[in-house]
Amino acid sequence: MTEWIISILLLIGGSFVLVGSIGLVKMPDFYMRLHGPTKATTLGMASLLTAAMVFFSTTQAGFSVKEILISLFLLLTAPVSGYMMIKSAIHHKLESIERTQGKDNIEDDV
Amino acid sequence: MRIEAKFKWLPTPLRSLLLFLVWLLLNNSVSAGHIVLAVILAIVIPLATSPFRTKQPLILKPGLALRHLMLVLYDIITANVQVAILILGPNNKLTPGFVKVPLDLTQSLPITILASTVSLTPGTVSAEVYPWAESLTEGEEPEERFLLIHVLDLKDEQALINTIKQRYEAPLKEIFQC
Repeated sequence: MTEWIISILLLIGGSFVLVGSIGLVKMPDFYMRLHGPTKATTLGMASLLTAAMVFFSTTQAGFSVKEILISLFLLLTAPVSGYMMIKSAIHHKLESIERTQGKDNIEDDV
Repeated sequence: MRIEAKFKWLPTPLRSLLLFLVWLLLNNSVSAGHIVLAVILAIVIPLATSPFRTKQPLILKPGLALRHLMLVLYDIITANVQVAILILGPNNKLTPGFVKVPLDLTQSLPITILASTVSLTPGTVSAEVYPWAESLTEGEEPEERFLLIHVLDLKDEQALINTIKQRYEAPLKEIFQC
């Protein structure tokens, strides 16, 4: 039974991480590429880590909580790193694709 | 806006305790070596980071904060599925865009939390807070703040702004009472 749970969690996590990576390759410009890794991978990693937690809690003595902590850290750091990347992209005036709306909402640097 | 520490060598006792516990939990052991290391970390990290800390509002409604956290976690799961569908769909159907969301929040901690939730929820990544912090002189308060977000598939700008303001900003305003 636990083997089934672990396998399903691993499959879900793996497919979300895969979709995030596909987004990274497939999207036409930097700003759109950023959407895959900031979101699709957080849930993917959470599933993988939950699978690890179930595995270690059932095969070893004691309950393993470090996976929960790791997912919390990922949840806290993913938006910050995404923010830093998009901020520096805006500072470098990176091109976005033509049909991007509301480009005039970007203010110039001081 | 520096905070005066009560004890010089232990500026934030609760945070030190948290660091101590997190280190032991991460290593899953209570051996003497790890306890010594945890104590060192719990003392050094708050000392090194306390000069960067500024005064932040407190969470005044913990119950509401917990409910908001649950809502955000639920939204993260739906966001993942939605973005996965958008990513796997055809590229040229996507209409990306930049949107400026006017903010009612003024303090940096609630704005940071809002920006992070926006980044983790459906199809949006927060990009910038206007006006630039560099363009303000110390202590000056801007008339209005904006959050610039990048949207992967922009359909209705006003509806998106309303969703963000009602779903994520209003609870934060209530939690921090600002």
